[in-house]
Amino acid sequence: MAGNGTLALAALLLHALAFLVLAIAAPLRRLGRPAGYVSILCAAGSLAAAVLSWRAHAGEAISRLVWTWLPSEGQTLATVGVLADADSTLMLVLVALVALLVQVYSLGYLHDEQPPALGRYYTYQSLFAFSMMGLVLAPNFVQLFICWELVGLCSYLLIGFWYQRPAAQRAALKAFWITKAGDVGFLIGIVMLWRHTGTFDLAEMRVLAENGAIPLAGLAVMTFCIYLGAVGKSAQFPLHIWLPDAMEGPTPVSALIHAATMVTAGVYMLHRTSWLFALTPDVLAIVAWVGAFTALLAAVLACVQNDIKRVLAYSTVSQLSYMMAAIGAGFSAAGFLHLLTHGVFKALLFLGAGAVIHAVGSNNLSDMGRLARRMPQTAAVFTIGALSLAGVPFLAGFLSKEEILGATLAGGFVGPFVLLLIVAFLTAFYMFRVVFLAFFAEPVVAPAHAAAGVARVAHATAHVETVVEGAHAHEAPHAHEPPASMLAPLWVLALLSVGIGLYFTVVHPEPEFTSPAWLMPIAVGSALAGIGLAWATYQRRAIDAASLAAAFGPIYRGALNRFWIDDVFERAYLLGILGFSRLVGWIDRYLVDGVLNVLSAWTVTAGEDLRTMQSGRAQDYVYGVAVGVLVILLWVQFG
Amino acid sequence: MGLQAYLTLAAVVFCIGLFGVMTRRNTIGILLGIELMLNSVNINLVAFARYLGDVTGMVFTVFTICITVAEAALGLSIVILLFRVRRTVTADQLDLLKG
Repeated sequence: MAGNGTLALAALLLHALAFLVLAIAAPLRRLGRPAGYVSILCAAGSLAAAVLSWRAHAGEAISRLVWTWLPSEGQTLATVGVLADADSTLMLVLVALVALLVQVYSLGYLHDEQPPALGRYYTYQSLFAFSMMGLVLAPNFVQLFICWELVGLCSYLLIGFWYQRPAAQRAALKAFWITKAGDVGFLIGIVMLWRHTGTFDLAEMRVLAENGAIPLAGLAVMTFCIYLGAVGKSAQFPLHIWLPDAMEGPTPVSALIHAATMVTAGVYMLHRTSWLFALTPDVLAIVAWVGAFTALLAAVLACVQNDIKRVLAYSTVSQLSYMMAAIGAGFSAAGFLHLLTHGVFKALLFLGAGAVIHAVGSNNLSDMGRLARRMPQTAAVFTIGALSLAGVPFLAGFLSKEEILGATLAGGFVGPFVLLLIVAFLTAFYMFRVVFLAFFAEPVVAPAHAAAGVARVAHATAHVETVVEGAHAHEAPHAHEPPASMLAPLWVLALLSVGIGLYFTVVHPEPEFTSPAWLMPIAVGSALAGIGLAWATYQRRAIDAASLAAAFGPIYRGALNRFWIDDVFERAYLLGILGFSRLVGWIDRYLVDGVLNVLSAWTVTAGEDLRTMQSGRAQDYVYGVAVGVLVILLWVQFG
Repeated sequence: MGLQAYLTLAAVVFCIGLFGVMTRRNTIGILLGIELMLNSVNINLVAFARYLGDVTGMVFTVFTICITVAEAALGLSIVILLFRVRRTVTADQLDLLKG
């Protein structure tokens, strides 16, 4: 079919159209909600085009649609266009779907926002969706990198959407700079690879790689540099620290950018170039080990967070690392599958958390409790998402997660496999900690506070009063189901989670490897054990949460301080970058400016001295002219 | 008399004029010096016109005389205005442009 690439291109350009309209037509943008309708309309069209394109490319069909962009002598240096195949169009559908749902959801979530701010929000959203689709469909590394930076920019803009908050500004800058640190490596890797192979084009490079025409010497450095880009974008240790802070942005943004799409760009890119990484098994081993380690680190951190969004953020880091581990083990298709299912249910979890935050007015888990009574629908979809993430059978996350475990084992990475199995247990534990604390258990902090208040009643009665007030606040009496514009996307995602899970149960896709038979019981068992522990601790309170924490003393304390990784970065920033800035400032102030100041001072002094030559008397000048003429005459005569 | 005598005369008159311009304190004296210098040029022009048999030099001389008259009138009026403002026409005291 001829129009296949065109459909993917249409999906891409519809978002560009929405962005341009909103960016140029400022009066429309300032109206707020109408701007949102424009954006949503384009997103809906884009989703339709993406789905059609996906249907057209199922199987082996590949369509390329490229235009010359950077012509150079005799050959083309870079092209822009779309490369639509089974993987990229599937990813395109995910991006289009989540983008559309998030935009609809935002109508309800950002209801109280000022109209100009809402218009700005939708402008950024359109730009993001366009850039992300450009990244997904990129036929070469140049377009990939440009879109890579564009989504980073949108992430910065949307994290800092509430720019009046200092925390949001800080988080936006942190996200921008930390991902930029990885991007530098990415750019260096791309250029080195171009010098090495003579092309930026993914398809051409793939042909070279499959014919063994790429020299292996030095290739590992390049793939490692490219991997660095993915480390920054997909929040791998040690550059994972920006993602939890990115939760300062509005929750729908977190769902779209920091869970379903942008952060998965690194995983997606590694999947797209897996034939290249297959040439450098050493780098793949690094990918697998770093992935497994980050997965464990983030899962431990997620267990101690009290902010519902931060739990989900660390969970995202952990799950991205899961995908990375599968790619590192050499089975990138398993990672890609988990990317897709994770995109659906993590977006669901974030949007569900957004509904809770919208209702309670706080991110804090201790402000929630028994919300299932007031928000039964939200509780239902959130639980579906959590079950899916935990990897319970018949839901979306089950098969993809088990495949990753099988992939690491089949790749011969026993160490990462063990780590990931622990992570599977922890994942179920921290997700159901959230589910029970927020939706089912009695508010946890209020009784504890009350008890503390009683103990201190002799010391200060005023304290008791504040505690009682606090206890009332924990009931969250104003909590209510979110409006339809928020509930509908939640249900769509929840049904998709169930649907994908059931589909995979019926049509079991054959993985490229065979997993041992004991794998599935162990995976499901660890998930159920995690859920059970969370239930016993937070629902039945059979196990005291404090003593559970005490049992893991040093780890618990370390996790509370994020294992000091953020501190190390901050110290490095203060010492390194600020120190360097001070040095550069000194050089500029005293050396560069100093030379200029000396020169100008000399000029002034010379002028002061020379001015005395000007007597102001006309006859003196006549002397000068006469002597000058005389000298010229003599020179002409005798010179 | 040959051409050289006229040229010598012109050079002598020019030098006298230049000397006057450089040394006179009185502004009017300076103007007179300028007149002398211009007229030495006229002598040169006429002498060469006769010598080469070309009337162009003479025509130019008539021009020069006209312009000299205008220049003298302008110069004198400036001197008069100067006297009204500064109450002096001594060149040494007219040094407002001193650096």
